[in-house]
Amino acid sequence: MTSVLQAQALGKRYGKRWALSDCTIDIPAGHVVGLVGPNGAGKTTLLKLAGGQLQPTTGGITVLGERPGSTPAQLARVGFVAQDTPLYAALTVAEHLRLGARLNPRWDAALARERITQLGLDLAHRAGKLSGGQRAQLALTLGLAKRPELLITDEPVASLDPLARRDFLQGLTEAVITHELSVVLSSHLVSDLEKVSDYLIVLVDSRVRMAGKVDRLLATHHRLTGPRRDPDRLPTDQHVVFASHTDRQSTFVVRTEAPIHDPAWTVSRLSLEDLVLAYMEKPAENRRAAVEVQR
Amino acid sequence: MIWLTWRQFRGSAVMTAAVLAILTVVLALTGPDLASQYAAGIADCTPDNTCDQFFDRFFDGNQLPFLAVSLVVLALPALVGLFWGAPLITRELEAGTHLLVWNQSVTRGRWLAVKLGLTGLAAIAAACVCGLAVTWWSDPLDKSAFPDLAQMAPPVFGARGIVPMGYAAFAFVLGVAVGMLVRRTLPAMALTLAAFAAIQIAMPMLVRPHLMPPVTSTFEIGNVNGRGIHVQGQGGGPVYLSLRAAVPGNAGAWVLSSDLLDPSGRTIAGTGEEAPVPVSVTSGPCAPQEAGPHGLDACWAEINRLGYRQQATYQPLDRFWPFQWIETGIYALLTLGLTWLSFWWVRRRLS
Repeated sequence: MTSVLQAQALGKRYGKRWALSDCTIDIPAGHVVGLVGPNGAGKTTLLKLAGGQLQPTTGGITVLGERPGSTPAQLARVGFVAQDTPLYAALTVAEHLRLGARLNPRWDAALARERITQLGLDLAHRAGKLSGGQRAQLALTLGLAKRPELLITDEPVASLDPLARRDFLQGLTEAVITHELSVVLSSHLVSDLEKVSDYLIVLVDSRVRMAGKVDRLLATHHRLTGPRRDPDRLPTDQHVVFASHTDRQSTFVVRTEAPIHDPAWTVSRLSLEDLVLAYMEKPAENRRAAVEVQR
Repeated sequence: MIWLTWRQFRGSAVMTAAVLAILTVVLALTGPDLASQYAAGIADCTPDNTCDQFFDRFFDGNQLPFLAVSLVVLALPALVGLFWGAPLITRELEAGTHLLVWNQSVTRGRWLAVKLGLTGLAAIAAACVCGLAVTWWSDPLDKSAFPDLAQMAPPVFGARGIVPMGYAAFAFVLGVAVGMLVRRTLPAMALTLAAFAAIQIAMPMLVRPHLMPPVTSTFEIGNVNGRGIHVQGQGGGPVYLSLRAAVPGNAGAWVLSSDLLDPSGRTIAGTGEEAPVPVSVTSGPCAPQEAGPHGLDACWAEINRLGYRQQATYQPLDRFWPFQWIETGIYALLTLGLTWLSFWWVRRRLS
C-alpha cells in the first residue's frame, strides 16, 4: 500500500514546549482519513508539518514521497485548507479564483467556476463579507481547483454552524468521489469525521493510539459487559482497549478478530464515537497494551 | 505572484504616487522662478560685493518651503518602513493568509522575493523621485543657506541626492524583518520607527564624520566665522569673543569643530564657547561708534592683528557626492544583510 504521509520520530518544539514529539505515522493513499484526538494532541502541528508550513525539530516527514513544501511541484500536489480557512478579506471571490489560477500550474478553472456557481457565491463579493460557511467553501474551492493528489484540511468545520458544516463535508465527499483524491481531515469531533472518513487515526499525546479502516475497526471492536472479572483472565486474542469495574460488574472494550463465545458476556457493538473515546481514555493500570490495529 | 503582490499593494502605491506627483508638479512650477530670483540676485550683488547679505535675505524669504521639502525627503524613508515594510508580512500573519498563499504552488522563498522586490523597488523609486526633485529645486537655496543648514550638514545632507534611496530601501527591509520577528503590526511599526530613528541619528554622529578624514585648518576671523563680541557684566568688564560653526571660503561645508586659538596657538574656546580677548569696546576699532557699513570688519582686523585665529575641522562641500555614494553603499549593504536575514527566517523559522 502506498502512503500519502509518512513520519518517523517526528517532533516539533516551540521554545521549551513540545507540540509534537516522537510521532511515527503512516497514512495510506486512497482514503478520506480522519485524524481525531483531544485538543493539544498535536493534530494541527502534524498537519502544518505535512503542509510544509513548519520545519520539524526532530525526525522526518514525507508527503507523497517528498519533503513538504520543498519545491513548487511538490506544493502543487498537495492542497491545504488551513484552520479557520483564512482568505484575503479585501479580495473578491473572483480575485481569489484569479489568485488560484495565477499561483497553481494545474489550476482547474472550470471546476472552480462550477463550484462557485453551485454554492451561489457572488463573484464580486469581497471575502471579508462572506459568512463563515461561504468562506470555508471558497477556501475548499481553492484547495480543490488546484487539483491536488492529497488534500489536507485542519479543523475546517470547527467554527461553522451545523448546516454549513454539513454542506462543507458534503462538498468534500463529492469532490473525493469525482476527483479520486486522498484526504486527511482533522477534527476533535468524531461525529464530523464519521460522515466522510473511511479511515481513522486517533492521536493522543503525539502518539498514534489507533489507526485503521472504519468498517474494520467497527467489526473488530466489542463492548463486553458481565460479572466482575480480571482483564488478565480474558482470552489472549482479546486485546483490552478499555476497562471499567464496579463491585460486581466489569465492562471491557476489546479488540479481537475471533467471534466471542463466552456466555457470561453481553456483547454489544460500539459506535465510532464510543470506540474513539475508549482509545482516548488514559491507559488503564492493568490494561494489556493495545496500541495499533494492524491494517 | 506578481499579480497578487500588486493587487495587495496597489492602493498605497497609487496614493503615494499621487502625493509624489503633486509634490513634483509644485516643485517643477516653483523651481525655475526660484532659480531666476537667485540668478538675478547674484548678478545684482556681485559688483558691490554684498552677496552675503543677499544670501541671507534670499534664504530667509524661502526658509519655510526649504525646511518643509527637506523634511518630506527625510520622513519618506521612515514612512516607507512603517507603512510598507512592517505590515508586509505581519498583515498576512495576523489574518492567517500566509497559510493560504504558502499552500498555492509557490515556495515561500519566491513569495517573499516577489513581495520584497516589487514593494522595495517602489520604495526606492519613490525616494529617488522625491530626493532628486527636492535636490534640483533647492539648489539655489543650498548655495545661500545658513551654515547650520549647509548642504553637507546632517539635516540637509540626508535630504539631498541619492542617499534617500538607500534610506528608503533600508527602512523598508528593516520594517519587513522586524515584522517577521515581532509578528504583530503595531509593535512592529513602533519598533521599526525607533530602530530607524536611532540609526539615522547614529549615522551622522558616529559614522559620517569619519567616512573621509576631515580637513583641519586655521582661519583668520571675519564675518563668516565670527559670531560677535560682547561685554560681560556692567561696564568695563572683559570683552568676550565667540565663533560660528562656519569656515570662510567653504560655503556648504559641514563644520565638525570650530575652536578659538589665542596668539600662542592654544585653544581657549571650543565649539560654541566664548573666551575673553584684550580689546576695548569703549574706544578703538571695536567701539560701537566705529562700526561702519561693513559692520565689525575693523574689529575683526584688530583681533586678527592680535593673533587670534579660528581652528576648524570640517568636511568640505566638494566631498558631497563621494559621501553620498559611500553612505548609499553602506545602507545598501545593511539592506542586503537584512534581506538575507529575512529569507533565512522565512525559510527556516517563520510559521
